[in-house]
Amino acid sequence: MTTTFGIAMAESGDEFVPPGPNSFDFSAVPLFHLGEYAVTKPLVQLLLGGLVVFLFFYAATRRVSLVPGRMQFAGESAYGMVRNSIGRDIIGSHDFQRFVPYLVTLFFFILVNNVMASVPLVQFPTFSRASMAYALAALSWVIYNAVGIKKHGLLGYLKLQTVPSGVTPLMYPLLVPLEFFSNIVVRPVTLALRLFANMFAGHLLLILFTTGGLYLIEQGGIGYVAGPLAWVLAIAIAFLELLVQFLQAYVFTLLNAMYISGALADEH
Amino acid sequence: MQNVIIRAEEGGHAPENPLGFVPVEFATSLVVFGLLLFAIWKFVVPRFEKTFAERTEAIEGGLSAAETKQAEADAKLAELEKQLADARHEAARIREEAREQGAQIVAEMREQAQAESSRIVEHGKTQIEAERQQAVTSLRAEVGALATTLAGRIVGESLDDEARQSRVVERFLADLEADGSTSTGSGVN
Repeated sequence: MTTTFGIAMAESGDEFVPPGPNSFDFSAVPLFHLGEYAVTKPLVQLLLGGLVVFLFFYAATRRVSLVPGRMQFAGESAYGMVRNSIGRDIIGSHDFQRFVPYLVTLFFFILVNNVMASVPLVQFPTFSRASMAYALAALSWVIYNAVGIKKHGLLGYLKLQTVPSGVTPLMYPLLVPLEFFSNIVVRPVTLALRLFANMFAGHLLLILFTTGGLYLIEQGGIGYVAGPLAWVLAIAIAFLELLVQFLQAYVFTLLNAMYISGALADEH
Repeated sequence: MQNVIIRAEEGGHAPENPLGFVPVEFATSLVVFGLLLFAIWKFVVPRFEKTFAERTEAIEGGLSAAETKQAEADAKLAELEKQLADARHEAARIREEAREQGAQIVAEMREQAQAESSRIVEHGKTQIEAERQQAVTSLRAEVGALATTLAGRIVGESLDDEARQSRVVERFLADLEADGSTSTGSGVN
């Protein structure tokens, strides 16, 4: 991204180039080629993110004991947070255990990949690539629907998800399509877009304020004041982004847990 | 914006739709996520859950062990208290017994002493009686003799006047006293 930008800036001379979708497109600058596939930075980040999550937990569980060491304690706290405050509290103590691996993986995979936007030298949120958010949302959709269908059967599950209880059947023609739309169709879309758009927008904002600040300083004049100010704002935004990164990972996992819990529910 | 698009096209690179679907990224995400999920499922979750379970068990085990210990200690304490009470009771009983025994001994001794004293008194009485009998016997014999002697004297002397008469009696009594002081153990009480 920075390289493409540097080139763009050099070519355009004094013209400011605002960041845009191209700032997120690495297909022109693959890191290396694997056969016929160009391996871009986000793809490597995905792998790196998965590796970091696994290595963290592996190190935390390498020597487990009843009285945890520092590493084990960190791992247990992280694991316990997702397990208890997302898994057990939302899904319920009866069913949650079998979803814990999924929820833990989901949360930390998203979190680490989001935080990469703030890691020096990496500085790119993996899930600002929409297709990667689509993948996780699609998996969520498959999982919560599969869980529901397995428990209630296809018709039972559709009834559970689309027929609201405590409503006169006269309203069904209106409500059933609406419920179907909101519970079956829209959920994965919002799930993916929420994650993608937050990461995308945050990164866009950061690029704008940092490159814009540089441009202002290069212009001179009032830019000597406005440029550094833009950079101060960029730092503030970077901190805000840290919060957003955590929040998005949390919300994605929490919604997954709620969808699963809804699919497992006995009554609507 | 126009510039960006133009430049991108110049670089032979059409502007990408940020919402566009990139199959490689979609597939890679799923694969990496799947691998991570497998690894977490296989290596991480069981260990954490095992540790949690063991910890819960250890805490509960510790609690129940503590309860057992407490119960044992309570039982032991109760037993000791019971023993102490028994010992106190026993001591009291022994003391009581000793007191009774002491009283009994005192009573026996008293009785014995009484018996002894009455025996001594009896003995004394018997002796006195015997001596009295002896004295009476000897006195009886002597009085006869004395009376005879006295009568002889009286008869031998002339009993014309009263003065002479009393002189004789007094002389007789003085003789008698002189006799009594020479001959011991045969005096009249």
